[in-house]
Amino acid sequence: MSDSVPIVEGRGIVKRYGHVTAIDHSDFELRNDEILAVIGDNGAGKSSIVKAICGATIPDEGEILIDGKPVNFTSPTEARDMGIEIVYQTLAMSPAMSIADNMFMGREIRKPGFMGKFLRQLDRSAMEKFAREKLTELGLMTVQSINQTIETLSGGQRQGVAVARAAAFATKFIIMDEPTAALGVKESRRVLELIQDVKSRGIPIVLISHNMPHVFEVADRIHIHRLGKRLCTVRPEDCSMSDAVALMTGAMDPPGNLAA
Amino acid sequence: MSQTKDGTENYESAASRSDSVAEFDDHRRGFLGQVQHTLHANPSLVPLIVLIAAIIVFGLLLGSKFFSPFAMTLILQQVQIVGIVAAAQSLIILTAGIDLSVGAIMVFSSVIMGQFTFRYGIPAPIAVACGLAVGTMIGALNGWLVSRVKLPPFIVTLGMWQIVLATNFLYSANETIRSQEIEANAPFLQFFGTKFNIGGAVFTVGVIFMLILVLVLAYALRHTAWGRHVYAVGDDPEAAGLSGVNVHRTLMSVYMLSGLICAFAGWALIGRIGSVSPTSGQLANIESITAVVIGGISLFGGRGSILGSLFGALIVGVFTLGLRLLGADAQWTFLLIGLLIIAAVAADQWIRKVSA
Repeated sequence: MSDSVPIVEGRGIVKRYGHVTAIDHSDFELRNDEILAVIGDNGAGKSSIVKAICGATIPDEGEILIDGKPVNFTSPTEARDMGIEIVYQTLAMSPAMSIADNMFMGREIRKPGFMGKFLRQLDRSAMEKFAREKLTELGLMTVQSINQTIETLSGGQRQGVAVARAAAFATKFIIMDEPTAALGVKESRRVLELIQDVKSRGIPIVLISHNMPHVFEVADRIHIHRLGKRLCTVRPEDCSMSDAVALMTGAMDPPGNLAA
Repeated sequence: MSQTKDGTENYESAASRSDSVAEFDDHRRGFLGQVQHTLHANPSLVPLIVLIAAIIVFGLLLGSKFFSPFAMTLILQQVQIVGIVAAAQSLIILTAGIDLSVGAIMVFSSVIMGQFTFRYGIPAPIAVACGLAVGTMIGALNGWLVSRVKLPPFIVTLGMWQIVLATNFLYSANETIRSQEIEANAPFLQFFGTKFNIGGAVFTVGVIFMLILVLVLAYALRHTAWGRHVYAVGDDPEAAGLSGVNVHRTLMSVYMLSGLICAFAGWALIGRIGSVSPTSGQLANIESITAVVIGGISLFGGRGSILGSLFGALIVGVFTLGLRLLGADAQWTFLLIGLLIIAAVAADQWIRKVSA
C-alpha cells in the first residue's frame, strides 16, 4: 500500500497572510484506500493545509500532486471537477430546499431532447432516482421522502445527506471537516459507520477532527499538524491517544522514526 | 413508503422495517399541523385562498356589478403595472434582497422611450429598445453594487431610487408627452394598451404580458437550474457558493432581469395611461413590495412562489375596486391592505415554524 503513488502529495507548501505564516513548508500525503485523520491544536493550520489541497486557498510556495501529476487549483470548483469532494463543517446545504435539490446543487441534470436543450427543464425524476439510490446504498433511506426539505431533518440525517452527496460524486477522495462535531453520541456513531462504509467503496478520506476517540477509531494513519507544518504521521496502533495529544500540543517530541 | 398489497404476505418485511421508519414519522401531527405542512409545501396557497374569498365576499355584497367579466378584467387592467413590477420585485426578494428603485427604473425607462422618439426623432421601436436597455443597465449597476461591492440591497436601491428619479426629472425637464401626440405620431409606444374584447371581458396586451411573464418566471424558477440557484442564493448564499453555485452570476442575472422587467413595465405604463409622464408610478416600489409580501414570499429570501405575488397584486386590486363600488372611503382600502400585510407576515412566520 505504501509503495504505490499517493493519491495526493503536497511538498513544501507555504501560505502566508501578511505577517502570519499559516502553512510553513508543510508536507501532506494521502494514500489509496485509507482514512487519513488530520489533527492539530487550534490555529495549528490544519484547515489551512486542507484548504490548500482542495483549491480553497492558493499556496504561495510548494507543489501539490494528484495521482503523481502537479495541479494548480484556483477554486474548489476546479478540484470538484477532478472528483474531489468536501463535506464542510457547515454542511453547505440550503435548508429550505429538498434533499434531491441539495445533492444536485450546481450540477443539475437537464432533461434530454427539446425540453432540456431549449427550455432548460431539469430532469427531476432522474435526479430523485439517483439521490434515492445513493441514500439507499449508504443505508440512509430512513428519510420519508427525497423531497423533504433539509430543515426537517435531524442533525445526523443532515450530515448523512452531506456525506452521501460527497460519496456520490467523489471519484478521487473526500475531505470531511469535523463531521461529528455537532452530533450526539448515537448520531456520531452512525456517521462514523458511514465514513467507514464510504472508505470500503474505495474512496480515500481526509478527516479533520478534534475528537480523539473518533480519530483513533476510524483512521488508518494520523497526520499531526503543529505550528504550520506536519510534525509526524503515526498509526493509531503504534501510538496512544495521550501521546497524540502530547505531540499535537508540543508536550512531547516525535520519536525519530516517526518524524515526517 | 409503499403500501403493502397483501397484509399477511409482507407481514415480516413490514415488521422488520417499521422501527427505522417510525423514527422519522411524525405521528403527532394534528389537523393544524397538517394545514401548516401543506402551506409550507405550497406557499402561494394562502394568497390564493384569500383572493378567492375576497372575490366571493365582494360578489355576494355587490352581485353582478362586481361579479361580471367586465369588472373582473377591469381589475386585471388596474393591477397590470403593479403585477409586472411585483414580478421583478419577487425575483429580488427571493434572493433576500429588496428593490426600492423599481418604480424609478420603470418611469425613467418610459421617459427615455418617449423622449428618444419625440426629442430626437428616433423610430419608436428603437427608442423602446433603448429604454429596455437602460432599465437593464440600471439593474446591472444595482446587482454589481450588491454582489461585488457587498453593499446591502436596501441601501443600494434607496440610493438608486433617488438617483434615477432625479435623473428622470432633470432629463425630461418635467415635461409630459401628451396622449394624442403619441397616438398620432408613435402609436407603437402605446402597444401595451391595445384592447380586445372576449364576450364582455376586456383584455389589453399589458394584461396578457403580465400573465405570461408570471407563468414564464414561475416555470424558470421551478424547473430550471437557474431558478433553483436563485432560491439557494436567497436561502444561504455561502452554502450555495460552496456547493458550486456561481453566486455573483446568479445575483447579476436577477438584478438585470428585474431592471429589464421594470423597463417593460415602463412601456406598459405608457399603454395604460396613454401619455409619458415623469411624475407617474411614484408608489410602484411600495405597491410591489406590498403585493410580494401579501403573496407570501419571505422577506428573508429563498421561500415563496412568484404566483403568490400575482395573487397578492390581484388581492389589492379586488379590495380597491370592491370597496370603491361599495362606496366606501378609499382610506378603508389602505387600512385593510395594512392589516393584510401584517397578517401575511405573521402567517409566513407561523408556516416557517414547520422546520423547527
